[in-house]
Amino acid sequence: MRTLTYGQAMVEGLRELLESDDRIHIMGQYFLGLTPQRALVGELAAEHPDRFYYPPIAELGYLGTAIGAAMTGMRPIVDLATASFMFQAWAQITEEMANIHYMSDGQTKVPMVFHFNHGIRGGGAAQHSHSPQAMLWNTPGMEIMLPSTPYDVKGLLKTAASTDNPTAWGDHVKLFMMEGEVPEEDYAIPFGVADIKREGSDVTIVATSLMVQRSLAAAGKLASEGISVEIVDPRTIVPLDEAAILESVAKTGRLVVVDECHRSCGVGAEFSAIVAEKAFGYLKSPIRRVVTEDVPIPFSPPMEEYVEPTEAKIIQAVKEVID
Amino acid sequence: MLPKLSGEQVLEQLRLAIVIRRFEEELIKLAGSRDIGHFHVYIGQEMTGVPALYLLERGDLSFTTHRNHGHLLARGVPASQMYAEILGKETGMMGGRGGTLHLCSMEHGFPTTSSAVGGATPLATGAAFGFQRLGQDRVSVCLFGDGALEEGSWHESINIAAMEKLPVIYLCENNSLEALGQKAGEYPSSTLAAVDLIDLVTPFGVPTIQIDGCDAGAVHAAMGEALHRARSGGGATFIEARTVRWPGNRPIWPELSTGETNFAMAWDSSLVPTEYREWHAEQDAVLRFIREILAEGLIEPEAILAMDAEVSAEMKEAVEFALASNYPPAAAAMEKVLA
Ligand SMILES: Cc1ncc(C[n+]2csc(CCOP(=O)(O)OP(=O)(O)O)c2C)c(N)n1
Ligand SMILES: [Mg+2]
Repeated sequence: MRTLTYGQAMVEGLRELLESDDRIHIMGQYFLGLTPQRALVGELAAEHPDRFYYPPIAELGYLGTAIGAAMTGMRPIVDLATASFMFQAWAQITEEMANIHYMSDGQTKVPMVFHFNHGIRGGGAAQHSHSPQAMLWNTPGMEIMLPSTPYDVKGLLKTAASTDNPTAWGDHVKLFMMEGEVPEEDYAIPFGVADIKREGSDVTIVATSLMVQRSLAAAGKLASEGISVEIVDPRTIVPLDEAAILESVAKTGRLVVVDECHRSCGVGAEFSAIVAEKAFGYLKSPIRRVVTEDVPIPFSPPMEEYVEPTEAKIIQAVKEVID
Repeated sequence: MLPKLSGEQVLEQLRLAIVIRRFEEELIKLAGSRDIGHFHVYIGQEMTGVPALYLLERGDLSFTTHRNHGHLLARGVPASQMYAEILGKETGMMGGRGGTLHLCSMEHGFPTTSSAVGGATPLATGAAFGFQRLGQDRVSVCLFGDGALEEGSWHESINIAAMEKLPVIYLCENNSLEALGQKAGEYPSSTLAAVDLIDLVTPFGVPTIQIDGCDAGAVHAAMGEALHRARSGGGATFIEARTVRWPGNRPIWPELSTGETNFAMAWDSSLVPTEYREWHAEQDAVLRFIREILAEGLIEPEAILAMDAEVSAEMKEAVEFALASNYPPAAAAMEKVLA
């Protein structure tokens, strides 16, 4: 099969959507951040000039505009660029977008997708490093996809654009150059179906987005020490494939959660709670969370590394649950 | 036009402008030799920031943006500490916690620096609210780019400032007049329906002043008027200072496209290269300031070169200081989340 970078797979997905569905319009252009591959988005925009809208620096205004447009039958895909900018749009996301279908008793649908680049990208400091997926998860009324490979981003995007729900789409800038197999044929990945990114028998790791790749690297090293790690990537956290997580824990009896949200009330905290509640009997040792510490993200490289989930911390946590 | 100040004060401003120019040039060179992340430079806007902030008094507060380096230098923050912070070293003003996007120094009147566009407009308004209600004779200055006018926070803030007659000065540095960047895939520039930015202010009843931000004298006069209004209970002022975008700021990552500035171009036009001729001959606000200073006979050209040599050496030393400084202990990351 051919290989594409994550960025190429994403833009190919967007291209196919624009070509196959007139209702899809794109707002914003920083899907690939300021990385070198951002030119791919520029090329796509040049091919479809009437389907791209370049909003002012007005996140609340343009995200809300997308919500309104979605109610008319448009299917907007909105880019918020750096996830931290989402907070400017927060009132429209949490108060309006997420509530509309429910408040209207299902009369009104909001079929939109909004994209953001989350996480510690290196030097982003406190105001450009957020992973707001836990905050979004705490807001019922939207689906949330957090891909970790070129194959997944394209396949999940196809589903996101076809459902009648608002979808939050979080990418990590550090994934964009990653290469992986992507079929030529059209495909979509259903929401709520986890992918076992690595099979193993001693410890289960549950992770999303960049943390899947970091966990895979750690698992490779642990394998050479005779420790067998299974990696469950839920791919979407709303809906969540709980069964896949619980099955894996039933098999290994040990859980390490790797997540870039802050420790308290993070995505990792929720994974841990689900397992504690529903698979406690299978656990041979306490659950471990490898997560971002409860501090704003510092700028200085050694401090940044100190607070983020690193490969070394994953390896250590896996060894601790085995001891 | 030169600011209506003593010759000594004008030369002090010249020195500050040269400090900013050389600081940023050294930073761009440093970025060429090692990865220091994304940063924004103040080249081309020196003659707005220097004369504007020169008039502040101790205790006044300023709120700036991602493009903050020049503002802090204009208020005398040591370059060595700024470079150290930009490199994430423990000798930086914030011990490496903030980096280029968040440079601040309470001692110099910069309480916090937001890199969220429009993030600080409410904060500057709030500082003025505090000054007013606590009966302190102080002024708050909100420094922001034209882009911040696209965010709702600014409109909400100026409404509050107008209704309460708060002692705040909104100094908008409009460097996006050409406004072509976004279309050309370059650094984004403003996307506003209003052609004249001050038209956005008029309905609030806040007095506006529109000036050439490359004209130090005009900046000085406008800030003087605004400060007088604020200190005498007259409320807020909105200043739009129009500057010319430095060609090196066109790409997303700044580049020394016009080279390191040769200040002798100010008096020796034979030194002006054909490439970027317009920039050097007409647009560079620091060269223009020097020409005005020379026309007034405040200083000899040789003395300007000597001043520059001194500043340049200081900047190189400051970079060395930052490079030689240690990173903070990593565990310090856990401290100072709460007071
Ligand atoms: C809330 C928010 N949205 C988007 C950005 C990304 N961003 C950084 S600088 C910038 C342009 C700002 O333009 P302007 O305010 O005119 O300042 P300039 O860089 O021109 O000095 C943008 C959009 C941001 N930092 N914060
Ligand atoms: Mg601007």
